[in-house]
Amino acid sequence: MNALVVATSAGNVLVWIVWVVAGFSCLAAGVAVISFSNPFMSALALIGNLASLAVMYLLLSAEFVAAAQVLVYAGAVVVMFLFVIGYVGPRHETPWSGGPGWQSVAAVGAAAALLVEIVVAIGLEAGGSLSHSGEVGAAFGSPAWIGRVFLVDHLLAFEITSIVLLVAAVGGVILGTHVRRQQGEEVPS
Amino acid sequence: MLGPGVAWYIAVAAFLFGIGALGVLIRRNTLVVLLSLELMLNAGNLALIAFSRHFHNGAGQIFALAVMAIAASEVCVGLGLVVALNRKQLSLDVDKLSELRG
Repeated sequence: MNALVVATSAGNVLVWIVWVVAGFSCLAAGVAVISFSNPFMSALALIGNLASLAVMYLLLSAEFVAAAQVLVYAGAVVVMFLFVIGYVGPRHETPWSGGPGWQSVAAVGAAAALLVEIVVAIGLEAGGSLSHSGEVGAAFGSPAWIGRVFLVDHLLAFEITSIVLLVAAVGGVILGTHVRRQQGEEVPS
Repeated sequence: MLGPGVAWYIAVAAFLFGIGALGVLIRRNTLVVLLSLELMLNAGNLALIAFSRHFHNGAGQIFALAVMAIAASEVCVGLGLVVALNRKQLSLDVDKLSELRG
């Protein structure tokens, strides 16, 4: 019994350490994304942000979402960003540059107001009830469980998601060909 | 539940959302604005998964996966717009893109 308590508290400390590292690297990478003057570096910082978020998903027993996060975001979205940044060429722009000074002040004020609003709303609504969550079964968040919930309980959401992706792909193609037609070039068939 | 309570994850999500909102507001490069939007979507995802864990309800994780698909669609259309703007030799500065007429 005593050994079990010791093992549980050691695991608790370990999870706290992992959480602190992941949380701070997540926020630091977020600040890096918005403060690099080179968009290429911003996109690279986003990878660090996504990786530390995936660690936090693992701590919240969402294994499948963590894997999907790394595959979809780091594997597809960020690579697409890097390709487009390489395509449009280097465009350096320092943060806090354009516009009058009051705009920067107003931007900081608006962002701080959003943050305070979220914290106050959740704090008032949830109070202390969020500090203690029960244990979940080992199946919670596993791929088999996600598949059953997604394809049985939320089938409509799954199908609508596929339609949204199709519409986005068609929109991307239309945006790409529209310009070519306006320049009088032949659209390859 | 080992480690910090769900409230700590929500706090990180709130700060990440604030950082993303600040990035959308202060940056003028279209690409960095899109990256900051990704930050905000990820903050929403983190909150969804934290609440899903707290209430032992799988719908939060399903919603997070749907948000990922929406983010991928948004990036597809947004980067398509950036490439189209670049081909027409327009500026990528969001302050200079003030009219919709092509």
